[in-house]
This record gives sequence, structure tokens and C-alpha cells, in this order.
Amino acid sequence: MNLYVFVKRVPDTESKIRISHEDNAIVEEGLNFVLSPYDEYAVEEALRIRETKGGKVTVVSVGPEDALVILKKCLAMGADEAVLVKDDAPESYDGLRVSKIIAETIKKKYSEYDLLLFGKQSVGADNSQVPSMVAEFLELPQVNVVVKLEIEGNKGIAHREIEGALEKVEFSLPAVISAQKGLNEPRYETLKGIMMAKKKEIPVITLSDLGLGEEELMSQLEITKIDAPPTRQAVKIIEDEPTEAAKKLAELLHSEAKVI
Amino acid sequence: MILVFIEVREGKVKRSSLEALSEGKRRADEMNTEVNAVFVGHNMEIFASEVSPYGVSKIYLLENSLFSRYSAQSYAQALVSLADEIKPGVVLFSASSLGKDLAPRVAARLGAALASDCTKTASKDGKLEVARPIFAGKAFVTFTFKSSPQVATLRPNVFPLLEPASKQAEVIKKEIVIPEDIIKSKVVEIIKEEGAELDVTEAECVISGGRGMKGPENFNLLKELSNIIPHSAIGASRSAVDAGWIDHQHQVGQTGKTVSPNLYLAFGISGAIQHLAGMSSSKYIVAVNKDPEAPIFKVADYGIVGDLFQVIPHLKEELKKIISE
Repeated sequence: MNLYVFVKRVPDTESKIRISHEDNAIVEEGLNFVLSPYDEYAVEEALRIRETKGGKVTVVSVGPEDALVILKKCLAMGADEAVLVKDDAPESYDGLRVSKIIAETIKKKYSEYDLLLFGKQSVGADNSQVPSMVAEFLELPQVNVVVKLEIEGNKGIAHREIEGALEKVEFSLPAVISAQKGLNEPRYETLKGIMMAKKKEIPVITLSDLGLGEEELMSQLEITKIDAPPTRQAVKIIEDEPTEAAKKLAELLHSEAKVI
Repeated sequence: MILVFIEVREGKVKRSSLEALSEGKRRADEMNTEVNAVFVGHNMEIFASEVSPYGVSKIYLLENSLFSRYSAQSYAQALVSLADEIKPGVVLFSASSLGKDLAPRVAARLGAALASDCTKTASKDGKLEVARPIFAGKAFVTFTFKSSPQVATLRPNVFPLLEPASKQAEVIKKEIVIPEDIIKSKVVEIIKEEGAELDVTEAECVISGGRGMKGPENFNLLKELSNIIPHSAIGASRSAVDAGWIDHQHQVGQTGKTVSPNLYLAFGISGAIQHLAGMSSSKYIVAVNKDPEAPIFKVADYGIVGDLFQVIPHLKEELKKIISE
């Protein structure tokens, strides 16, 4: 099995987000960047498939040189190879751009593949666009938001989370899968893994290696502004015994908020 | 022209599709253009009357017996063939599970950028402007589009439904030819979770429990409340999910779902930054927590500092009285 996992470097979920109104961007200074949590499930799943079916796990990140840190982590978890597709463009929230880059990387550099795995969304951009767009560009089937995956020969069965239910989807390989929390429990890096990852070289592919020019990659979304969430009104604390407080709360929800 | 994709699930038009249609109609009126609806499926005529009251000019029914099972590849092909023919300026989807799966595929095939999970739309110089949360709601980004058509998915439960009016729309049925071999994935079964018909992202009221619930058995208290409150669903904080008390489908927050119900009830949730990001756009928030310093009170409208196990039974009785009246 030739397994490819696409990973992104994102601010950890503890981060307080500061906005630079001048640049229409998030202030990156002071943020702690990590492997996007959903991508971790994708890496783990690829490793598990390799462990039962054999094959090779290659981890690819499209991003700045700083993304090497998360690629090292994936190697330490047990991935065989890691590759950086160097892209220094600021976050545009346009999934089309990254999808084009990934599709070209696959077409030009890795023509043999069985599964392309992603996180169901990157934490931050929260787009949920790239897996489906890549699937479209490569004319592959897709199963998104997957919590269970079984591969048998050149077919697979995945359970995909939808509103209040799971869809059981049958698909043929090669395919695009995006991982949801619940798919597995990602392993920690081992000391041996960390030592091996340190020695491993991570090749860097540039956009011009892929024959991609800035023109065709230009973001098709124009950011007009980035705002902080609207501030909420101060809380009304109902100070009373539980019985009375519950009664007052029910009344407020009914007559003041009018939501009951 | 604004084209809105209408999703039918289990024989019903999805409410979130009607919300997207309502928002599409509001923008279309401002842009002096029409709003049209499109269904993909098999034998869809019966649903046309459900969307015509929303001010729709034309209803397209893209039909093929293969469409009775959803596949992103075949649905995308059908929608793109229609878009190529009628050239909509704007294409809207609900950001439902299906919408989030399908819209990127359609946008990619049209070579157009997609704005995901928008919570606001406006018209600006005849074009669409949209806003959407990033970092699960820690910030909001506003966009206009450089590519055409302008494609967006709209978050369920955010956009109000239009008052339905009696109006006849033109129904246009098209048989779509789909080579069977392009469908490389298909849904073979839908496995329902018991007692969870309504997803937290679609519920009008979300009743959430956190570490303060003390154990999985106590989520029954929340279920009892949910049985009383119409259109409600059970949510949970990450710590309750990670403790194994409740399935992760219920998790609200940055690595769970982002919700904006009319009412969010938080019981025993301290309010970690990741959780607040996922729920602070709710219209009304109630927090019940023992700790008066809990960050959840910073986003709440109403708060009770106290023991949730004492509050819930009384709250249940009081709400029962009000609702039955």
C-alpha cells in the first residue's frame, strides 16, 4: 500500500487569536504551532494500515520551512518519508490554492498511490475543502469525516459521520479519506522514533519544481477584513437557592429571552 | 442569478437548505436578480411545492435513478452540467454534512473558490460579500470573490427562514446522463445513533454537560431536559467526551462542532477557550457551575452559581409547566 498523508502546521487550540487589522491577518508572533489535531488521526490511520497490510507512509506538508517541525513529528511517530512542498504565501483561507498544489505534487512526483489521507479540516481555517477538491482534481472517490476505515484488496469501507448518524460508504481505491476524531487514538512518538527522525532528510519541493506559477495559484478570495467575535453582554447571575433560581431562570428564558 | 442547492434527506427537504434559499432570496432581491433552486435525485417533483413559497423563480430537478444514493462525484457532475448551462452568478449550499462534502467538489470543477460555513452574507456593488468564523469562532473573516461563480456554504441555524408566500415557480426537469463507472463510492447503509435524531449543529437548543456531570449516567438528566425542550440536542465538553462519558459526535468546541443555537445550556462546563470558541455565537447562553470564577460566565447571559444536580430537576419542572402552557 502506498499511503500519503497531507498535514498542516496550525496554532494549537489553546491559542488566543490576535488580529492585525493593518495586514488583515492573524498575528503569528507568540503562537505555538502544532500538527493539526485531525491530521494526527490521519497519520495514525496510515501507520495502522501499513502495519497490517505493509507498504509505505509518506507525509507531505504544503507550507513554510517552519512546517519541518511537524513533519519531524510524523517521522517520529513512524512515517517512512516526509516531504515539504515549500509555499510561503500567507493564509488566504482559499482551499483551491492548496488543493491545486497537492494535486500537482501527486501528479508530477508520486503517480503510484492507494490512499490519500487528510484531517477532516485544518484547525484554524476550518474549511473542510482540500480533501474533496484534491479528490476532484485527481478524479478520485472521497469519504470525508471518517470514524472507521477498513481496506480489503482494492476496496474499502468507511463510516462517515453525518447529522445524528453514520453513513457506511463503499469505495474503490485509490481514494481520498479525511479523518475525524474517533477514528483512532494517535500514538506518541517514541525516543527511538525521535532519534531516527532527526537523522532523516526531508526533501523540499518548490512550486516551480511543480511547474506552478503564482498567477494560477493566486487566491480567489479577497479578504476585506478580519474581526474579533462580537462582545457579549455581561452575565446576569441569579442569586438564590437552587429551587428559586431554577424557577427564575425558566421565567427569564420564557419572558425575557423568549427562547422557551 | 442565485442558484441554491436543496438537500432532501429521508424524504424531507432539509430546513437548513430552506434557510440558504431564504438568504439567497434576500440577496437576489438586493441584486435585482432571481433565485432558483436545484434538486439532485430521483422522482423529485413532490418536493417542488416545498420550495416555491420562498420566492423561487425556477426549480431545476436533475434526475437519474442513480441519484437515489448520494455520491459526491455524480452529484457534482449533475450540478456542474447545470451551472455550465445556466451560468449562475452565485451558488449556495447549506453547510450540512452533505453540503460540506459536495460543495468543494463542485467549486473545484468550476475552478471557483469556495467560502465555507458562512454566518453572514451581504451584497456589495452587485457582488456577494460573506463572513465566516475562523479558529472555530475566535475570529471572523470577511471575503469577496475574484472567481466566478461565487460559491458559498451557509451554516445551519443562522439564517432566518422567509415567511412563505403563495407563489408558483417554473419546474424544469432534466434527465442527467451519468456513466455508472464514474461513481467510485456509494452509501450502502445509514447507521442511526439511538435517540440522537437531531445533530447539535441543527438544534435550536443545545443542552451540554462537562466535567461537572461527574459521570456518564448523569447525562440522563440532560436527556430528560431534552425530552421537554423541543428541537433540542445533547452537547458535551471535550473533557466529558475524552472521559468516555458520551460519544464525540456530541462534542462542542474547537476540535468538536461549532454551534449557534437560540439557547445553549452549559451544565458543569468551566469554559476552556476551545469550548467557548465553539459555542459563544449562540443567541442565549445559560451557565450553571459551582465555581463563580469559571470562564463560562464571561460569555453567559444568565448564570447560576450552584450545584447542577439541585438545579436541573427544578428547572425541568418549571420548563415543563411553561412549555405545556
